[in-house]
Amino acid sequence: MVSRKAGAAASTPNVSREELLKFYREMLLIRRFEEKAGQLYGMGLIGGFCHLYIGQEAVVVGLEATAKDGDKRITSYRDHGHMLACGMDPKGVMAELTGREGGYSRGKGGSMHMFSKEKHFYGGHGIVAAQVPLGAGLAFADKYLGNDNVSFTYFGDGAANQGQVYETFNMAALWQLPVVFVIENNQYAMGTSQRRSTSSPDIYTRGAAFGIQGESVDGMDVLAVKAAGTRAVAACRAGKGPYILEMMTYRYRGHSMSDPAKYRSREEVQKMRDERDAIEHVRELLLTGKHATDDDLKAIDREIKAVISEAAEFAKTSPEPDASELWTDITA
Amino acid sequence: MATEILMPALSPTMEEGTLAKWLVKAGDTVKSGQILAEIETDKATMEFEAVDEGVIGELLVAEGASGVKVNTPIATIVVEGEAAAAPTPVIAAPAPAPVAAKPAPAPAPAPVAIVAAATPDWPAGTPMKTMTVREALREAMAEEMARDETVYLMGEEVGEYQGAYKISQGLLDQFGARRVIDTPITEHGFTGIAVGSAFAGLRPILEFMTFNFAMQAIDQILNSAAKTLYMSGGQMGCPIVFRGPNGAAARVGAQHSQDYAAWYAQVPGLKVVMPYSAADAKGLLKTAIRDGNPVIFLENEIMYGRSFEVPDLPDFTVPFGKAKVWREGSDVTIVSFGIGMVHALEAADKLAREGISAEVVDLRTLRPLDYDTVIASVQKTNRCVTVEEGWPVGSIGNHLSAVIMERAFDYLDAPVINCTGKDVPMPYAANLEKLALLTSDEVVAAVKKVTYR
Repeated sequence: MVSRKAGAAASTPNVSREELLKFYREMLLIRRFEEKAGQLYGMGLIGGFCHLYIGQEAVVVGLEATAKDGDKRITSYRDHGHMLACGMDPKGVMAELTGREGGYSRGKGGSMHMFSKEKHFYGGHGIVAAQVPLGAGLAFADKYLGNDNVSFTYFGDGAANQGQVYETFNMAALWQLPVVFVIENNQYAMGTSQRRSTSSPDIYTRGAAFGIQGESVDGMDVLAVKAAGTRAVAACRAGKGPYILEMMTYRYRGHSMSDPAKYRSREEVQKMRDERDAIEHVRELLLTGKHATDDDLKAIDREIKAVISEAAEFAKTSPEPDASELWTDITA
Repeated sequence: MATEILMPALSPTMEEGTLAKWLVKAGDTVKSGQILAEIETDKATMEFEAVDEGVIGELLVAEGASGVKVNTPIATIVVEGEAAAAPTPVIAAPAPAPVAAKPAPAPAPAPVAIVAAATPDWPAGTPMKTMTVREALREAMAEEMARDETVYLMGEEVGEYQGAYKISQGLLDQFGARRVIDTPITEHGFTGIAVGSAFAGLRPILEFMTFNFAMQAIDQILNSAAKTLYMSGGQMGCPIVFRGPNGAAARVGAQHSQDYAAWYAQVPGLKVVMPYSAADAKGLLKTAIRDGNPVIFLENEIMYGRSFEVPDLPDFTVPFGKAKVWREGSDVTIVSFGIGMVHALEAADKLAREGISAEVVDLRTLRPLDYDTVIASVQKTNRCVTVEEGWPVGSIGNHLSAVIMERAFDYLDAPVINCTGKDVPMPYAANLEKLALLTSDEVVAAVKKVTYR
């Protein structure tokens, strides 16, 4: 049961041109979607809480590349990227953000509470770490039914300090549940840095107490994410789960739209954007490897811009839910 | 074609803000992500970034302007390559949003209330000062921490962040990191630590960022804090205050919008406080910190920014278990507490214009509860309507109805009506949220029903 740090070799490109272009497209889709969501929030079309995923795109895109049909995913309130990466319709997600009838929850869930049974996306949870035992429960069902599906259970470095995470680790290890615990370590639990909140910096080693294998992964490198995900998923499918992946990542925006972000410097954020951006990384691989031209990438940019515009338009024009919706869905 | 840059909404409850500082001027070329201005909300000063590259056309709102409504144009920007383009806005549509997507409108300021002489909280002629509920809570904590070395504040973001809702602003500077303690996000764990320290003689003030998150820790609150004095035969008590915002804010969805008043009021061993005014927030919090028992202190985000008159006294406290009569009347008794008082007082104003005289009673504490004041009022008016934000089943109003029936049955000229929030999880959609919440019109309708008008 050895835990390992991210290796330098993990980033060696061993990927097809098509897959690289797919990663580029998917990560850009998330980023542009989130930028648009930020704009709509500023216009008052999105209300309440809105937690943007900008900066962390490589994590979900790299892991989704290791998933097969039937695999499940569940996450926190910073969930827009996860929904887009698993193939949910940007229109339906955006319309939920604006609280409209066309949203995935018909406007009754909001940014933090969306689901898609079809895509095996189980939310969208607003209470920090509550999704961790729920995700293990999804894996429990798959093991019970005797299939080889895997449950991707995402949570943050902040959630990693919740007690129920360790209660869940214990049971998941005891019952060998096929769950990949994905710790998205973006270094800040709202306004508290990991240094100020976490006694031992290597969260991935915490599974060792329960006999759970853990790895630290460069979460800004989509190829490293995919490589680590492949190992974790293989272990789970082989009945050797659970598995912990600590994704070292970074969120560029505030915790939510109302975060003044005084707990870190603008220089720190800018440095990550300039030097470690996951999308720029893939863009460079594509261009320097001559897998794509500038014009090819511009065409993708335009294509995504059109998808996002369409989603935003839909989210603005879809009607508000009928007043009768107030009283529906309370019991089946 | 210039595009308008609109005043952004920077928090769920923000409706307007102050343009504290411009960091650009007309003619400046700005990059995406560049800070354009600093905007001050009631919670924080936020930096506002450009979304696109372009040249600033003109600044439409002067630096220092306050009360700038969300979505007001504050500047224009000419985006590169758009000089001749159609007026498609990049940052914001110039037309109003197609629907009212703004946060639920805040209720009107508290009407001028007639305070009955029967419930004086301070002597006549006491000098008064105007302060917000937020300032009152902060002042209460600061005064009690200065008074008693064993009092400390613990919670998420209470220190360096200065409080998620800015209630603890400045306390870290004043009292230091030993007494103002930031925790990781771990409600179950830190609640246990704080309760243990209270068993050992300290007096913690535990802030929950909202009471929704206290659900994670409710086992420690009920089984550890509330029952130990009883279980230990009186040997060990637990002097602790659990405080934070409770109930609905605006558009934050089902998991962040719940009123726990009736839940906690049900538990023996706890005291439960839910203030409406700033004076009560201050006086009751000071009493809570001095109390030898676990006290659940339920605040409200929407009320934090409201201003009230507070007595300017060196040590102002309000006792538990004493209701306050805000307005005397003869036709009906309206009983409420917390943010419900906003609707109760607003309804009383409307009713007065129609010739119906309502007496408005603010319970202030739910455990202990001042039954005598309620009963005395009902014996005078012969009618009662209760008002609260929480759900109808097992509500405080249900309980009061039962008590009134038992103690004042022969005085009643009509059944008691309970006005509550709707029996649904809080929806996110703006129109549905409005429908789910209590309104003063519903209170007016209930009063008309019990007065047969």
